[in-house]
Amino acid sequence: MDLLNAFVSLANYVLIPGIAYGSQLALGALGVTLVYGILRFSNFAHGDTMAFGAMITVLMTWWLQSLGVSLGPLPTALLALPFGIAGCILLLLATDRAVYHFYREKKAKPVILAIVSLGVMFIMNGIVRFIIGPDDQRFLDGERFLISAGDFKKMTGLEEGLAIKTTQVITVITAIIVVSLLFWFLNRTRSGKSMRAYSDNEDLALLSGINPERVVMLTWVIVGALATVAGVLYGLDKSFKPFTYFQLLLPIFASAIVGGLGSPVGAIAGGFVIAFSEVTITYAWKKVLGYMMPDSLAPDGLVQLLSTDYKFAVSFAILLIVLLFKPTGLFKGQSV
Amino acid sequence: MIVVEDLHKHFGGFHAVDGASLSFAEGAITGLIGPNGAGKTTLFNVIAGVHKPTSGRVTMAGEDITGLPPHDLFHKGVLRTFQVAHEFHSMSCRENLMMVPGGQSGERLWNTWFGRKRIAEEERALRAKADEVLDFLTIGHLADQKAGQISGGQKKLLELGRTMMVDARIVFLDEVGAGVNRTLLNVIGDAIIRLNKERGYTFVVIEHDMDFIARLCDPVICMAEGRVLAAGTLDQIKANEQVIEAYLGTGLKNREKVGA
Repeated sequence: MDLLNAFVSLANYVLIPGIAYGSQLALGALGVTLVYGILRFSNFAHGDTMAFGAMITVLMTWWLQSLGVSLGPLPTALLALPFGIAGCILLLLATDRAVYHFYREKKAKPVILAIVSLGVMFIMNGIVRFIIGPDDQRFLDGERFLISAGDFKKMTGLEEGLAIKTTQVITVITAIIVVSLLFWFLNRTRSGKSMRAYSDNEDLALLSGINPERVVMLTWVIVGALATVAGVLYGLDKSFKPFTYFQLLLPIFASAIVGGLGSPVGAIAGGFVIAFSEVTITYAWKKVLGYMMPDSLAPDGLVQLLSTDYKFAVSFAILLIVLLFKPTGLFKGQSV
Repeated sequence: MIVVEDLHKHFGGFHAVDGASLSFAEGAITGLIGPNGAGKTTLFNVIAGVHKPTSGRVTMAGEDITGLPPHDLFHKGVLRTFQVAHEFHSMSCRENLMMVPGGQSGERLWNTWFGRKRIAEEERALRAKADEVLDFLTIGHLADQKAGQISGGQKKLLELGRTMMVDARIVFLDEVGAGVNRTLLNVIGDAIIRLNKERGYTFVVIEHDMDFIARLCDPVICMAEGRVLAAGTLDQIKANEQVIEAYLGTGLKNREKVGA
Protein backbone atom coordinates (compact mmCIF):
# COMPACT_ATOMS: atom_id res chain seq x y z
CA MET A 1 0.00 0.00 0.00
CA ASP A 2 2.81 2.34 0.84
CA LEU A 3 4.52 1.70 -2.47
CA LEU A 4 1.26 2.38 -4.25
CA ASN A 5 0.88 5.62 -2.30
CA ALA A 6 4.42 6.55 -3.23
CA PHE A 7 3.69 5.91 -6.89
CA VAL A 8 0.45 7.89 -6.85
CA SER A 9 2.18 10.78 -5.19
CA LEU A 10 4.97 10.61 -7.75
CA ALA A 11 2.46 10.47 -10.59
CA ASN A 12 0.54 13.38 -9.18
CA TYR A 13 3.45 15.74 -8.72
CA VAL A 14 6.05 14.54 -11.22
CA LEU A 15 4.82 12.25 -13.97
CA ILE A 16 1.62 13.95 -15.03
CA PRO A 17 2.84 17.56 -14.79
CA GLY A 18 6.08 16.44 -16.45
CA ILE A 19 4.29 14.86 -19.38
CA ALA A 20 2.08 17.91 -19.87
CA TYR A 21 4.96 20.38 -19.58
CA GLY A 22 7.10 18.14 -21.80
CA SER A 23 4.43 18.16 -24.51
CA GLN A 24 4.25 21.95 -24.38
CA LEU A 25 8.03 22.27 -24.62
CA ALA A 26 8.15 19.70 -27.42
CA LEU A 27 5.64 21.67 -29.50
CA GLY A 28 7.57 24.87 -28.91
CA ALA A 29 10.90 23.22 -29.69
CA LEU A 30 9.49 21.76 -32.91
CA GLY A 31 8.85 25.30 -34.14
CA VAL A 32 12.37 26.41 -33.25
CA THR A 33 13.91 23.36 -34.84
CA LEU A 34 11.95 23.74 -38.08
CA VAL A 35 13.04 27.35 -38.45
CA TYR A 36 16.62 26.36 -37.71
CA GLY A 37 16.62 23.40 -40.10
CA ILE A 38 14.89 25.07 -43.01
CA LEU A 39 15.41 28.82 -42.69
CA ARG A 40 18.75 28.27 -40.98
CA PHE A 41 18.67 30.64 -38.04
CA SER A 42 17.88 30.60 -34.34
CA ASN A 43 14.53 32.28 -34.02
CA PHE A 44 14.55 34.14 -30.72
CA ALA A 45 11.13 35.56 -31.50
CA HIS A 46 9.56 32.13 -31.07
CA GLY A 47 8.49 32.65 -27.46
CA ASP A 48 6.70 35.86 -28.34
CA THR A 49 5.23 34.26 -31.44
CA MET A 50 3.62 31.78 -29.07
CA ALA A 51 2.42 34.67 -26.92
CA PHE A 52 0.89 36.39 -29.95
CA GLY A 53 -0.96 33.29 -31.14
CA ALA A 54 -2.16 32.62 -27.62
CA MET A 55 -3.26 36.25 -27.25
CA ILE A 56 -5.47 36.10 -30.33
CA THR A 57 -6.93 32.87 -28.99
CA VAL A 58 -7.58 34.48 -25.59
CA LEU A 59 -9.34 37.45 -27.21
CA MET A 60 -11.45 35.16 -29.38
CA THR A 61 -12.27 33.01 -26.35
CA TRP A 62 -13.54 36.05 -24.47
CA TRP A 63 -15.62 37.07 -27.42
CA LEU A 64 -17.11 33.58 -27.77
CA GLN A 65 -17.77 33.46 -24.04
CA SER A 66 -19.55 36.81 -24.21
CA LEU A 67 -21.77 35.33 -26.94
CA GLY A 68 -22.55 32.47 -24.61
CA VAL A 69 -20.81 29.87 -26.76
CA SER A 70 -19.29 27.03 -24.79
CA LEU A 71 -17.95 23.55 -25.34
CA GLY A 72 -19.46 22.15 -22.18
CA PRO A 73 -16.77 20.45 -20.12
CA LEU A 74 -14.04 21.43 -22.59
CA PRO A 75 -12.47 24.90 -22.58
CA THR A 76 -13.95 27.32 -25.12
CA ALA A 77 -10.37 28.17 -26.09
CA LEU A 78 -10.32 25.05 -28.28
CA LEU A 79 -12.95 26.67 -30.48
CA ALA A 80 -10.95 29.87 -30.63
CA LEU A 81 -7.70 28.05 -31.44
CA PRO A 82 -8.12 28.01 -35.25
CA PHE A 83 -8.51 31.81 -35.20
CA GLY A 84 -5.38 32.13 -33.09
CA ILE A 85 -3.49 29.93 -35.53
CA ALA A 86 -4.69 31.95 -38.51
CA GLY A 87 -3.77 35.25 -36.82
CA CYS A 88 -0.34 33.97 -35.86
CA ILE A 89 0.36 32.68 -39.38
CA LEU A 90 -0.64 36.04 -40.84
CA LEU A 91 1.70 37.83 -38.45
CA LEU A 92 4.59 35.49 -39.34
CA LEU A 93 4.02 35.81 -43.07
CA ALA A 94 3.86 39.59 -42.75
CA THR A 95 7.04 39.60 -40.68
CA ASP A 96 8.74 37.44 -43.28
CA ARG A 97 7.71 39.80 -46.10
CA ALA A 98 8.73 42.88 -44.18
CA VAL A 99 11.90 41.69 -42.47
CA TYR A 100 13.36 38.25 -43.15
CA HIS A 101 12.79 38.37 -46.91
CA PHE A 102 15.16 41.31 -47.20
CA TYR A 103 17.96 39.48 -45.41
CA ARG A 104 17.35 36.26 -47.31
CA GLU A 105 17.76 38.10 -50.62
CA LYS A 106 21.06 39.42 -49.33
CA LYS A 107 22.03 35.90 -48.28
CA ALA A 108 22.72 37.20 -44.78
CA LYS A 109 24.66 34.98 -42.38
CA PRO A 110 22.66 32.98 -39.81
CA VAL A 111 24.08 35.04 -36.95
CA ILE A 112 22.72 38.22 -38.53
CA LEU A 113 19.30 36.62 -38.92
CA ALA A 114 19.42 35.52 -35.28
CA ILE A 115 20.02 39.11 -34.20
CA VAL A 116 17.27 40.27 -36.54
CA SER A 117 14.92 37.79 -34.87
CA LEU A 118 15.86 39.35 -31.55
CA GLY A 119 14.57 42.66 -32.89
CA VAL A 120 11.41 40.99 -34.14
CA MET A 121 11.03 39.50 -30.67
CA PHE A 122 11.01 42.93 -29.02
CA ILE A 123 8.44 44.21 -31.48
CA MET A 124 6.12 41.23 -30.99
CA ASN A 125 6.68 41.61 -27.28
CA GLY A 126 5.49 45.19 -27.50
CA ILE A 127 2.51 44.39 -29.71
CA VAL A 128 1.23 41.74 -27.31
CA ARG A 129 1.62 43.97 -24.25
CA PHE A 130 0.06 46.88 -26.10
CA ILE A 131 -3.03 44.87 -27.00
CA ILE A 132 -3.65 42.70 -23.97
CA GLY A 133 -1.45 44.23 -21.27
CA PRO A 134 1.34 42.64 -19.24
CA ASP A 135 -0.89 41.03 -16.62
CA ASP A 136 -2.10 37.53 -16.02
CA GLN A 137 -5.24 36.71 -18.01
CA ARG A 138 -7.74 33.99 -17.27
CA PHE A 139 -9.49 32.37 -20.19
CA LEU A 140 -9.98 28.84 -18.93
CA ASP A 141 -13.52 27.57 -18.49
CA GLY A 142 -15.23 24.18 -18.55
CA GLU A 143 -14.56 21.31 -16.22
CA ARG A 144 -11.36 21.87 -14.22
CA PHE A 145 -10.58 18.28 -13.30
CA LEU A 146 -11.01 14.99 -15.05
CA ILE A 147 -10.35 13.28 -11.72
CA SER A 148 -9.92 15.39 -8.59
CA ALA A 149 -7.74 14.32 -5.70
CA GLY A 150 -10.76 13.84 -3.43
CA ASP A 151 -12.62 11.61 -5.89
CA PHE A 152 -9.52 9.56 -6.45
CA LYS A 153 -9.05 8.95 -2.75
CA LYS A 154 -12.68 7.91 -2.39
CA MET A 155 -12.44 5.63 -5.42
CA THR A 156 -9.28 3.83 -4.40
CA GLY A 157 -9.16 4.27 -0.64
CA LEU A 158 -5.56 5.39 -0.90
CA GLU A 159 -4.10 8.07 1.33
CA GLU A 160 -2.66 9.96 -1.60
CA GLY A 161 -4.85 11.65 -4.16
CA LEU A 162 -4.24 11.80 -7.88
CA ALA A 163 -5.59 14.86 -9.63
CA ILE A 164 -5.72 14.95 -13.39
CA LYS A 165 -6.56 18.35 -14.81
CA THR A 166 -8.64 18.57 -17.97
CA THR A 167 -5.99 20.85 -19.45
CA GLN A 168 -3.30 18.23 -18.90
CA VAL A 169 -5.30 15.63 -20.77
CA ILE A 170 -6.08 18.10 -23.54
CA THR A 171 -2.43 19.06 -23.75
CA VAL A 172 -1.25 15.51 -24.21
CA ILE A 173 -3.96 14.54 -26.68
CA THR A 174 -3.52 17.69 -28.75
CA ALA A 175 0.25 17.25 -28.75
CA ILE A 176 -0.07 13.67 -29.99
CA ILE A 177 -2.45 14.73 -32.77
CA VAL A 178 -0.34 17.69 -33.84
CA VAL A 179 2.92 15.75 -33.80
CA SER A 180 1.50 12.83 -35.78
CA LEU A 181 0.08 15.26 -38.33
CA LEU A 182 3.43 17.00 -38.59
CA PHE A 183 5.35 13.77 -39.10
CA TRP A 184 2.86 12.51 -41.62
CA PHE A 185 3.23 15.81 -43.42
CA LEU A 186 7.03 15.85 -43.40
CA ASN A 187 7.51 12.21 -44.36
CA ARG A 188 4.60 11.35 -46.57
CA THR A 189 3.54 14.41 -48.50
CA ARG A 190 5.29 16.03 -51.36
CA SER A 191 5.22 19.46 -49.67
CA GLY A 192 6.81 18.02 -46.56
CA LYS A 193 9.44 16.26 -48.61
CA SER A 194 10.32 19.44 -50.42
CA MET A 195 10.82 21.06 -47.02
CA ARG A 196 13.09 18.22 -45.94
CA ALA A 197 14.95 18.38 -49.24
CA TYR A 198 15.49 22.11 -48.75
CA SER A 199 16.75 21.44 -45.24
CA ASP A 200 19.08 18.62 -46.39
CA ASN A 201 20.67 20.50 -49.25
CA GLU A 202 19.50 23.94 -50.23
CA ASP A 203 21.56 24.21 -53.45
CA LEU A 204 20.37 20.91 -54.75
CA ALA A 205 16.76 21.66 -53.86
CA LEU A 206 16.95 24.85 -55.92
CA LEU A 207 18.49 22.97 -58.81
CA SER A 208 15.71 20.41 -58.62
CA GLY A 209 13.29 23.23 -59.34
CA ILE A 210 11.93 23.60 -55.81
CA ASN A 211 10.74 27.15 -55.29
CA PRO A 212 12.49 28.42 -52.15
CA GLU A 213 9.86 31.07 -51.40
CA ARG A 214 7.15 28.42 -51.30
CA VAL A 215 9.19 26.31 -48.88
CA VAL A 216 9.78 29.34 -46.67
CA MET A 217 6.08 30.20 -46.68
CA LEU A 218 5.12 26.64 -45.84
CA THR A 219 7.58 26.63 -42.97
CA TRP A 220 6.09 29.79 -41.46
CA VAL A 221 2.58 28.39 -41.80
CA ILE A 222 3.55 25.26 -39.88
CA VAL A 223 5.63 27.16 -37.33
CA GLY A 224 2.73 29.55 -36.73
CA ALA A 225 0.36 26.67 -36.10
CA LEU A 226 2.80 24.88 -33.78
CA ALA A 227 3.61 28.05 -31.84
CA THR A 228 -0.04 28.93 -31.29
CA VAL A 229 -0.97 25.43 -30.18
CA ALA A 230 2.00 25.33 -27.79
CA GLY A 231 1.21 28.80 -26.46
CA VAL A 232 -2.47 28.12 -25.91
CA LEU A 233 -1.84 24.77 -24.22
CA TYR A 234 0.69 26.35 -21.90
CA GLY A 235 -1.68 29.22 -21.17
CA LEU A 236 -4.56 26.87 -20.40
CA ASP A 237 -2.44 24.67 -18.18
CA LYS A 238 -0.71 27.48 -16.26
CA SER A 239 -1.94 30.96 -17.13
CA PHE A 240 -1.56 33.48 -19.91
CA LYS A 241 1.03 36.11 -19.11
CA PRO A 242 3.18 37.63 -21.86
CA PHE A 243 6.37 37.56 -19.78
CA THR A 244 6.20 33.81 -19.11
CA TYR A 245 6.42 33.15 -22.84
CA PHE A 246 9.60 35.13 -23.03
CA GLN A 247 10.93 33.04 -20.15
CA LEU A 248 9.90 29.85 -21.92
CA LEU A 249 12.40 30.65 -24.64
CA LEU A 250 15.25 29.17 -22.63
CA PRO A 251 13.76 25.73 -21.92
CA ILE A 252 12.45 25.62 -25.49
CA PHE A 253 15.85 26.34 -27.00
CA ALA A 254 17.42 23.93 -24.54
CA SER A 255 14.97 21.24 -25.72
CA ALA A 256 15.70 21.87 -29.39
CA ILE A 257 19.45 21.85 -28.85
CA VAL A 258 19.47 18.83 -26.53
CA GLY A 259 17.50 16.90 -29.13
CA GLY A 260 19.67 18.14 -31.98
CA LEU A 261 18.80 21.36 -33.82
CA GLY A 262 16.99 20.67 -37.05
CA SER A 263 15.75 17.25 -35.96
CA PRO A 264 11.99 17.07 -35.25
CA VAL A 265 12.26 13.77 -33.34
CA GLY A 266 15.04 15.33 -31.31
CA ALA A 267 12.89 18.34 -30.42
CA ILE A 268 10.25 16.08 -28.92
CA ALA A 269 12.76 13.97 -27.01
CA GLY A 270 14.52 17.13 -25.86
CA GLY A 271 11.24 18.62 -24.64
CA PHE A 272 10.60 15.68 -22.35
CA VAL A 273 14.20 15.48 -21.15
CA ILE A 274 14.12 19.13 -20.11
CA ALA A 275 10.63 18.96 -18.62
CA PHE A 276 11.36 15.90 -16.50
CA SER A 277 14.72 17.21 -15.36
CA GLU A 278 13.12 20.46 -14.27
CA VAL A 279 10.26 18.79 -12.47
CA THR A 280 12.26 16.05 -10.76
CA ILE A 281 15.06 18.31 -9.62
CA THR A 282 12.74 20.95 -8.18
CA TYR A 283 10.32 18.42 -6.64
CA ALA A 284 10.30 17.85 -2.88
CA TRP A 285 10.79 14.10 -2.53
CA LYS A 286 9.97 13.96 1.18
CA LYS A 287 6.55 12.35 0.73
CA VAL A 288 7.55 9.73 -1.82
CA LEU A 289 10.62 8.73 0.16
CA GLY A 290 8.59 8.70 3.34
CA TYR A 291 6.27 6.10 1.85
CA MET A 292 9.07 3.99 0.46
CA MET A 293 11.41 3.91 3.45
CA PRO A 294 10.94 2.50 6.94
CA ASP A 295 9.80 5.15 9.42
CA SER A 296 13.19 5.35 11.07
CA LEU A 297 14.79 6.33 7.76
CA ALA A 298 12.10 8.74 6.61
CA PRO A 299 13.70 12.08 5.73
CA ASP A 300 13.12 15.13 7.90
CA GLY A 301 13.89 17.74 5.27
CA LEU A 302 12.02 18.37 2.04
CA VAL A 303 14.59 16.50 -0.09
CA GLN A 304 14.25 19.12 -2.75
CA LEU A 305 17.42 19.36 -4.82
CA LEU A 306 16.78 22.90 -6.08
CA SER A 307 14.18 25.48 -5.20
CA THR A 308 11.63 26.05 -7.99
CA ASP A 309 13.05 29.55 -8.36
CA TYR A 310 16.02 27.90 -10.01
CA LYS A 311 14.10 25.82 -12.51
CA PHE A 312 15.54 27.74 -15.44
CA ALA A 313 19.01 26.96 -14.17
CA VAL A 314 18.22 23.30 -14.81
CA SER A 315 17.63 23.77 -18.53
CA PHE A 316 20.67 25.98 -18.67
CA ALA A 317 22.87 23.37 -17.01
CA ILE A 318 21.61 20.62 -19.33
CA LEU A 319 22.16 22.90 -22.30
CA LEU A 320 25.78 23.48 -21.27
CA ILE A 321 26.45 19.80 -20.68
CA VAL A 322 25.04 18.85 -24.07
CA LEU A 323 26.96 21.57 -25.88
CA LEU A 324 30.19 20.46 -24.20
CA PHE A 325 29.90 16.73 -24.73
CA LYS A 326 27.54 16.21 -27.65
CA PRO A 327 27.18 19.45 -29.61
CA THR A 328 24.97 17.84 -32.26
CA GLY A 329 22.44 16.74 -29.64
CA LEU A 330 20.84 13.38 -28.98
CA PHE A 331 19.50 12.92 -32.50
CA LYS A 332 22.35 14.24 -34.61
CA GLY A 333 21.07 17.64 -35.62
CA GLN A 334 23.28 20.33 -37.08
CA SER A 335 25.90 21.47 -34.60
CA VAL A 336 25.40 24.96 -33.25
CA MET B 1 22.07 27.14 -77.96
CA ILE B 2 23.53 28.97 -74.99
CA VAL B 3 25.55 32.03 -75.83
CA VAL B 4 27.69 33.75 -73.23
CA GLU B 5 28.80 37.28 -74.05
CA ASP B 6 31.63 39.08 -72.32
CA LEU B 7 30.83 37.61 -68.93
CA HIS B 8 32.53 38.99 -65.83
CA LYS B 9 32.23 37.68 -62.30
CA HIS B 10 34.28 39.39 -59.61
CA PHE B 11 34.53 38.31 -56.01
CA GLY B 12 35.89 41.43 -54.36
CA GLY B 13 39.11 42.13 -56.21
CA PHE B 14 39.36 38.63 -57.62
CA HIS B 15 38.20 38.23 -61.22
CA ALA B 16 37.05 34.61 -61.38
CA VAL B 17 35.50 35.04 -64.81
CA ASP B 18 37.06 37.87 -66.71
CA GLY B 19 35.37 38.56 -70.00
CA ALA B 20 34.50 35.08 -71.19
CA SER B 21 32.62 34.82 -74.48
CA LEU B 22 31.63 31.40 -75.72
CA SER B 23 28.74 29.38 -77.02
CA PHE B 24 27.51 25.84 -76.57
CA ALA B 25 25.98 24.30 -79.67
CA GLU B 26 22.68 22.44 -79.52
CA GLY B 27 23.00 18.67 -79.48
CA ALA B 28 26.74 18.70 -78.86
CA ILE B 29 28.74 17.41 -75.91
CA THR B 30 31.07 20.31 -75.30
CA GLY B 31 34.12 19.74 -73.14
CA LEU B 32 35.32 22.56 -70.91
CA ILE B 33 38.90 22.18 -69.81
CA GLY B 34 41.49 24.38 -68.19
CA PRO B 35 43.79 24.58 -65.19
CA ASN B 36 42.38 24.77 -61.66
CA GLY B 37 41.15 28.28 -60.96
CA ALA B 38 40.47 28.98 -64.63
CA GLY B 39 36.91 29.98 -63.76
CA LYS B 40 35.14 26.92 -65.18
CA THR B 41 32.99 26.20 -62.15
CA THR B 42 32.27 29.88 -61.61
CA LEU B 43 31.15 30.09 -65.21
CA PHE B 44 28.79 27.16 -64.54
CA ASN B 45 27.53 28.81 -61.38
CA VAL B 46 26.79 32.05 -63.19
CA ILE B 47 25.00 30.33 -66.06
CA ALA B 48 23.04 28.11 -63.65
CA GLY B 49 21.94 31.09 -61.58
CA VAL B 50 23.86 30.38 -58.38
CA HIS B 51 25.80 33.63 -58.76
CA LYS B 52 24.66 36.80 -60.44
CA PRO B 53 27.25 37.98 -62.98
CA THR B 54 29.06 41.26 -62.40
CA SER B 55 28.43 42.09 -66.03
CA GLY B 56 27.75 40.33 -69.31
CA ARG B 57 24.88 38.41 -70.81
CA VAL B 58 23.74 34.81 -71.07
CA THR B 59 21.12 33.87 -73.63
CA MET B 60 19.47 30.59 -74.45
CA ALA B 61 17.98 30.24 -77.91
CA GLY B 62 17.84 34.02 -78.08
CA GLU B 63 16.13 34.43 -74.71
CA ASP B 64 17.98 36.40 -72.04
CA ILE B 65 18.46 34.14 -69.01
CA THR B 66 21.12 36.20 -67.22
CA GLY B 67 20.85 35.97 -63.45
CA LEU B 68 17.63 33.97 -63.29
CA PRO B 69 17.31 31.98 -60.04
CA PRO B 70 18.15 28.26 -60.29
CA HIS B 71 14.60 26.98 -59.91
CA ASP B 72 13.41 29.11 -62.81
CA LEU B 73 16.27 27.88 -64.97
CA PHE B 74 15.37 24.34 -63.99
CA HIS B 75 11.92 24.81 -65.46
CA LYS B 76 13.51 26.11 -68.65
CA GLY B 77 15.49 22.86 -68.93
CA VAL B 78 18.86 24.09 -67.68
CA LEU B 79 20.30 21.54 -65.24
CA ARG B 80 23.64 21.07 -63.57
CA THR B 81 25.53 18.71 -61.31
CA PHE B 82 28.13 19.58 -58.71
CA GLN B 83 31.85 18.99 -58.55
CA VAL B 84 31.34 17.32 -55.18
CA ALA B 85 28.18 15.25 -55.51
CA HIS B 86 25.17 16.67 -53.69
CA GLU B 87 22.32 14.53 -52.43
CA PHE B 88 19.40 14.70 -50.02
CA HIS B 89 21.16 12.52 -47.48
CA SER B 90 18.19 11.65 -45.32
CA MET B 91 16.15 10.30 -48.24
CA SER B 92 16.41 7.09 -50.21
CA CYS B 93 17.89 7.13 -53.71
CA ARG B 94 14.44 6.68 -55.17
CA GLU B 95 13.06 9.59 -53.15
CA ASN B 96 16.02 11.66 -54.24
CA LEU B 97 15.05 11.21 -57.85
CA MET B 98 11.38 11.70 -57.08
CA MET B 99 12.12 15.17 -55.71
CA VAL B 100 12.68 16.14 -59.34
CA PRO B 101 10.91 17.94 -60.91
CA GLY B 102 10.02 20.73 -58.55
CA GLY B 103 6.61 22.32 -58.83
CA GLN B 104 4.59 19.09 -58.63
CA SER B 105 0.96 19.52 -57.65
CA GLY B 106 1.69 17.92 -54.27
CA GLU B 107 3.74 20.95 -53.34
CA ARG B 108 0.65 23.03 -52.85
CA LEU B 109 -0.86 22.83 -49.40
CA TRP B 110 -4.34 22.82 -50.84
CA ASN B 111 -3.67 19.70 -52.90
CA THR B 112 -2.03 17.96 -49.96
CA TRP B 113 -5.47 17.80 -48.38
CA PHE B 114 -7.88 18.02 -51.26
CA GLY B 115 -6.04 16.74 -54.32
CA ARG B 116 -4.95 13.37 -53.00
CA LYS B 117 -5.92 11.40 -56.07
CA ARG B 118 -4.02 13.57 -58.49
CA ILE B 119 -0.93 13.47 -56.29
CA ALA B 120 -1.13 9.69 -55.98
CA GLU B 121 -1.22 9.33 -59.76
CA GLU B 122 1.68 11.71 -60.21
CA GLU B 123 3.70 9.88 -57.57
CA ARG B 124 3.07 6.54 -59.22
CA ALA B 125 4.33 7.80 -62.55
CA LEU B 126 7.36 9.41 -60.89
CA ARG B 127 8.14 6.24 -59.00
CA ALA B 128 8.10 4.15 -62.16
CA LYS B 129 10.31 6.68 -63.87
CA ALA B 130 12.74 6.84 -60.95
CA ASP B 131 13.09 3.05 -60.95
CA GLU B 132 13.66 3.06 -64.67
CA VAL B 133 16.37 5.69 -64.33
CA LEU B 134 18.07 3.81 -61.49
CA ASP B 135 18.12 0.65 -63.59
CA PHE B 136 19.48 2.55 -66.57
CA LEU B 137 22.34 3.77 -64.39
CA THR B 138 22.98 0.24 -63.04
CA ILE B 139 22.15 1.27 -59.46
CA GLY B 140 18.65 -0.22 -59.31
CA HIS B 141 19.61 -2.26 -56.26
CA LEU B 142 20.26 0.95 -54.29
CA ALA B 143 16.73 2.32 -54.71
CA ASP B 144 15.78 2.02 -51.04
CA GLN B 145 19.21 2.85 -49.67
CA LYS B 146 19.66 6.24 -47.94
CA ALA B 147 21.47 8.48 -50.40
CA GLY B 148 23.84 9.66 -47.66
CA GLN B 149 25.19 6.13 -47.36
CA ILE B 150 26.11 5.25 -50.95
CA SER B 151 29.62 5.68 -52.36
CA GLY B 152 30.94 8.84 -53.95
CA GLY B 153 30.85 7.34 -57.44
CA GLN B 154 27.30 6.15 -56.99
CA LYS B 155 26.32 9.64 -55.85
CA LYS B 156 27.70 10.94 -59.13
CA LEU B 157 25.46 8.49 -60.97
CA LEU B 158 22.53 9.61 -58.86
CA GLU B 159 23.26 13.21 -59.84
CA LEU B 160 23.22 12.23 -63.47
CA GLY B 161 19.98 10.38 -62.78
CA ARG B 162 18.41 13.56 -61.51
CA THR B 163 18.89 15.17 -64.91
CA MET B 164 17.08 12.23 -66.49
CA MET B 165 13.91 12.72 -64.48
CA VAL B 166 12.88 15.63 -66.67
CA ASP B 167 13.36 16.52 -70.29
CA ALA B 168 16.41 18.65 -69.90
CA ARG B 169 17.60 20.80 -72.75
CA ILE B 170 21.10 21.42 -71.55
CA VAL B 171 22.98 19.73 -68.73
CA PHE B 172 26.13 21.10 -67.14
CA LEU B 173 28.27 18.35 -65.62
CA ASP B 174 30.93 19.58 -63.22
CA GLU B 175 33.68 16.93 -63.06
CA VAL B 176 31.43 13.91 -63.18
CA GLY B 177 34.54 11.76 -63.29
CA ALA B 178 36.33 13.15 -60.23
CA GLY B 179 37.04 10.40 -57.72
CA VAL B 180 35.22 7.79 -59.78
CA ASN B 181 36.89 4.50 -60.78
CA ARG B 182 37.36 3.46 -64.40
CA THR B 183 34.46 1.04 -64.62
CA LEU B 184 32.00 3.49 -63.14
CA LEU B 185 33.43 6.24 -65.32
CA ASN B 186 32.63 4.14 -68.37
CA VAL B 187 29.08 3.65 -67.12
CA ILE B 188 28.75 7.42 -66.73
CA GLY B 189 30.27 7.98 -70.16
CA ASP B 190 27.86 5.49 -71.76
CA ALA B 191 24.92 7.14 -70.04
CA ILE B 192 25.96 10.56 -71.29
CA ILE B 193 26.35 9.37 -74.86
CA ARG B 194 23.02 7.57 -74.80
CA LEU B 195 21.23 10.58 -73.37
CA ASN B 196 22.80 12.73 -76.01
CA LYS B 197 21.93 10.40 -78.90
CA GLU B 198 18.54 9.08 -77.78
CA ARG B 199 17.08 12.06 -75.99
CA GLY B 200 18.94 14.88 -77.66
CA TYR B 201 20.36 16.34 -74.46
CA THR B 202 22.99 18.99 -74.92
CA PHE B 203 25.89 18.53 -72.51
CA VAL B 204 28.67 20.74 -71.26
CA VAL B 205 31.28 18.75 -69.36
CA ILE B 206 34.03 20.06 -67.12
CA GLU B 207 36.63 17.33 -66.89
CA HIS B 208 40.34 16.82 -66.29
CA ASP B 209 40.51 13.27 -67.61
CA MET B 210 41.71 13.63 -71.20
CA ASP B 211 40.66 10.10 -72.21
CA PHE B 212 37.15 10.83 -71.02
CA ILE B 213 37.12 14.12 -72.94
CA ALA B 214 38.49 12.42 -76.02
CA ARG B 215 35.78 9.78 -75.88
CA LEU B 216 32.84 12.14 -75.39
CA CYS B 217 33.49 15.70 -76.34
CA ASP B 218 33.45 17.61 -79.52
CA PRO B 219 34.09 20.53 -79.52
CA VAL B 220 36.39 21.32 -76.61
CA ILE B 221 36.81 24.76 -75.07
CA CYS B 222 39.87 25.60 -73.01
CA MET B 223 39.68 28.33 -70.36
CA ALA B 224 42.46 30.00 -68.40
CA GLU B 225 42.40 32.97 -66.04
CA GLY B 226 38.70 33.56 -66.53
CA ARG B 227 38.89 33.79 -70.31
CA VAL B 228 38.49 31.45 -73.25
CA LEU B 229 41.90 30.43 -74.54
CA ALA B 230 40.87 28.31 -77.47
CA ALA B 231 37.98 26.33 -78.90
CA GLY B 232 37.88 23.53 -81.43
CA THR B 233 38.30 19.78 -81.68
CA LEU B 234 40.42 18.10 -79.03
CA ASP B 235 43.29 17.65 -81.47
CA GLN B 236 43.25 21.33 -82.38
CA ILE B 237 43.22 22.22 -78.71
CA LYS B 238 46.08 19.88 -77.97
CA ALA B 239 48.12 21.46 -80.72
CA ASN B 240 47.44 25.00 -79.55
CA GLU B 241 50.63 26.54 -78.18
CA GLN B 242 48.84 28.72 -75.61
CA VAL B 243 46.84 25.80 -74.25
CA ILE B 244 49.94 23.67 -73.94
CA GLU B 245 51.64 26.38 -71.99
CA ALA B 246 48.73 27.18 -69.70
CA TYR B 247 47.25 23.77 -69.06
CA LEU B 248 48.58 20.68 -70.70
CA GLY B 249 52.18 21.52 -69.81
CA THR B 250 55.27 20.37 -71.53
CA GLY B 251 55.00 16.91 -70.06
CA LEU B 252 52.07 15.99 -72.20
CA LYS B 253 53.67 17.50 -75.26
CA ASN B 254 56.72 15.34 -74.79
CA ARG B 255 54.65 12.25 -74.19
CA GLU B 256 52.73 12.88 -77.36
CA LYS B 257 55.97 13.12 -79.25
CA VAL B 258 57.18 9.86 -77.81
CA GLY B 259 53.87 8.28 -78.69
CA ALA B 260 54.10 9.53 -82.22
